[in-house]
Amino acid sequence: MNSAVIHSITKMAPTILQLNDVRVRFPVSNDWLGRPRGYAHALNGIDLQVRAGETLGIVGESGCGKSTLAQLLMGLVPPSSGELNWASRSGGEGSRNVQIVFQDPQSSLDPRLPIWKIITEPLYARGHASRAYMREVAARVAAQVGIRPEYLDRFPHQFSGGQRQRIAIARALSSDPDIIVLDEPTSALDISVQAQILNLLAELQSARNLTYILISHNVSVVRHMADRVAVMYLGQIVELGSAAQVLDQPRHPYTRLLLEAVPRLGVPLHAEQVAAPTELPGNRLLPSGCFFRERCSLCTVGCEKPQVLLGDEQQRVRCHLQS
Amino acid sequence: MHTSSPVLAIDNLSLEFPAYKNNVKALNGVSLHVNPGEIVGVVGESGSGKSVTAMLSMRLLPERSYRITAGSLSMLGRDMLAAPEKDLLTIRGRDAAMIFQEPMTALNPTRRIGRQMLDVIIHHQKISAAEARLKAIALLRDMHIASPEQVLESYPFELSGGMRQRVMIALAFSCEPQLLIADEPTTALDVTVQRQVLLLLREKARQRGTAILLITHDMALVSQFCDRVYVMYTGAVVEEGNTAEVMGSPQHPYTQGLLSGLPEMVEPGQPLLTIPGQVPNLASLPVGCTFQERCPYVMPVCAKRPNLNTINGNDQRKSACWLPVKELS
Amino acid sequence: MAGLAITFIVLLCMIFAPWLASHDPNALNLAERLAPPSSVHWFGTDEVGRDLFSRVLFGSQQSVGVGLFVAFASCFIGGLLGCFSGVIGGRFDALIMRLMDIMLSVPSLVLIMALAAALGASLFNAMLAITLVRIPSYVRLARGQALSIREMGYVKAAQTFGAGRWHVVHWHVARNAMPPLLVQLSLDIGSAILMASALGFIGLGAQQPTAEWGAMVATGRNYILDNWWYSTFPGLAILITATGFNLLGDGVRDLLDPRQQGK
Repeated sequence: MNSAVIHSITKMAPTILQLNDVRVRFPVSNDWLGRPRGYAHALNGIDLQVRAGETLGIVGESGCGKSTLAQLLMGLVPPSSGELNWASRSGGEGSRNVQIVFQDPQSSLDPRLPIWKIITEPLYARGHASRAYMREVAARVAAQVGIRPEYLDRFPHQFSGGQRQRIAIARALSSDPDIIVLDEPTSALDISVQAQILNLLAELQSARNLTYILISHNVSVVRHMADRVAVMYLGQIVELGSAAQVLDQPRHPYTRLLLEAVPRLGVPLHAEQVAAPTELPGNRLLPSGCFFRERCSLCTVGCEKPQVLLGDEQQRVRCHLQS
Repeated sequence: MHTSSPVLAIDNLSLEFPAYKNNVKALNGVSLHVNPGEIVGVVGESGSGKSVTAMLSMRLLPERSYRITAGSLSMLGRDMLAAPEKDLLTIRGRDAAMIFQEPMTALNPTRRIGRQMLDVIIHHQKISAAEARLKAIALLRDMHIASPEQVLESYPFELSGGMRQRVMIALAFSCEPQLLIADEPTTALDVTVQRQVLLLLREKARQRGTAILLITHDMALVSQFCDRVYVMYTGAVVEEGNTAEVMGSPQHPYTQGLLSGLPEMVEPGQPLLTIPGQVPNLASLPVGCTFQERCPYVMPVCAKRPNLNTINGNDQRKSACWLPVKELS
Repeated sequence: MAGLAITFIVLLCMIFAPWLASHDPNALNLAERLAPPSSVHWFGTDEVGRDLFSRVLFGSQQSVGVGLFVAFASCFIGGLLGCFSGVIGGRFDALIMRLMDIMLSVPSLVLIMALAAALGASLFNAMLAITLVRIPSYVRLARGQALSIREMGYVKAAQTFGAGRWHVVHWHVARNAMPPLLVQLSLDIGSAILMASALGFIGLGAQQPTAEWGAMVATGRNYILDNWWYSTFPGLAILITATGFNLLGDGVRDLLDPRQQGK
């Protein structure tokens, strides 16, 4: 699909989730009275829209807040300020069904449960279903991810890593979710298995009209799967737009730094400023003004003011120099 | 052409792990060598035997857990498989060093960095503690660490992943080894930090003439970083050669499959090309070419295991396949 | 293996006592009081002429039955309590642990005796007392397991599905915490049997005329100088049975532990 088609499709799809200036902070090291001495500011003002049927990619390095974002979307962590708005369904239900596929297929499956129970656990947790019904759902969903029904009574250790991730995907599908959060779904897998899993995810999305939120540090995977991409740095979105724009023609200095560092086939490594600081500043004490100031080669006057996302639908950049 | 003897020479090595019913044949006739000052990559997926090869090169596998069924492994001309423990104690760290994926597990979390570095330096070089400390500071500064004295006073958990890996590299280079084995050294690091660490590794290796054996699953990394590459599958080398040639015109169907399955090889949104099937069980490998069940070009002759054949008369470029060499565009 | 063999025999005795016994254990036969072991009475008779062999066989039902019941009951209750304590955490956890600490601070036999004496001397009260006293060690074991299982990926996953605490314990914690609990259980049966016999010895267990090993040993003390068989055979029974279960426990531990590490 070329970007024009993607663009028009995402323009037409309704927004199913909206995040408005969401901030999350965690108390750190309480003093003797139990009051927190400081906070780790994980998310610092996230404005985001998730559209039905799209794949939204979240790219960033460790410390950028993408795991906290995943937890927020799953409802495990409440926002400290700001709000999440779910567009109401036709039935007007209160809680939305968001499921997640974790990075490590080994530890995310209970080694002592047979896989049909693992697959239908979300169903069971949401409202007890009969054993027969659960088995039927398990068989159906397992077939969709390529696990044969005769294996349903087996245990996770009897499957390979790729198959375990398929089981995890089946688990995410079993309760018929609206959104599936994919948290580094292929990082723990071999390259050849990764290709199979990515194909499976794409098939499932088009067959069931799923919405994916793909969190990954692997830029080529995100480029392959995502319609739109958000680049995160220190709890903020620094660039947001269509995948083609953001990943092929990045405008924010951090995005450029990130993409340049990604190893590409056949592109030789040039020795450069090895002394340049690359460590992420801590999130206890947030920097003033633009968060990327200290590492940015373009830092000038005006960067000491907090930056906002500027731009249009296609691409928004949190940098006054780039708009 | 390198006329001096290789730093690491593995010749037709076969190794198995005795198990309850069948033995796990982890290595099946691996041959590879690293010349002085080269950067060589070993690429493979799980079950390929790349980590076993690395660990065996330093004799780090638990002694009675494996059995060598054929072949030899020599480092700097010394037979590593027969070497007694006391020889190994001097070889490890001084002649050859190794860095691992997770620096947190390589460093003792209850002791300060300085203490650990001094322990290693003093063990191999008979110098005083004060001299060792100066050496440690110089090493850390050489690794582009801005405040080495502070790092020496820190505990491992106080440092970031990239910093820890730099400390590991500093330790690895502390005794000027001739070979550095790096087993997935940057897999756990962020991409920007990964780049820094690799540039550093390359710079220091070139400065000191140290050869590097880099084990990884990341094809793009290998293409950027290594002079030569070995592609491993089920415990054997299936293709080897100059990195640009292997990545540019892969001859072995497995290498072709690996490369064409990368997301960057297709248009976004198109299905990825996959290798059908799964890696065979190492305890029951098929007779003949181990890739035959998954190979799109399988022929009757594949029931007999192919040797590593040279391609176009180039001694350095080999592929273990019966297919005639084809020029790929 | 030896443990398995011994316990198997003991269990057989326990279950098939009515068929294996040569005489009715409660039948009095004053004509043959304190008879030494012979071909008719293999273990001799007691002071009212009851056949000791039959009494030992039937006694196994008391001692071993109590031991097994106590071990399983305390494991089940303690395990469940510990799992919940670990999963719920906070003040509930703190309360439970302090309660367990209190129980553990008193020497177990003293506590059992005190409880049994307070409740009244009967078999049921003896079982209750021993069970209660053995619960704390299981609670601690289970809680430790629960604390680490709680951090595992699949529990976090379950939380994302909206699983409540009961669900987490029921589906995940309980079954993953089992191996060390089972090991402890198998090691415990032996000492539970000893404790049951000890209570019987001081008269707080099953009352006369029920045959009970500890009680028999106690009564036999009065006659031991001239009639060695009276205390000896029940005593040997206690010894062999406890040892057998202990060996079994060691075997179970060896069987379960390396496999757990291997996984």
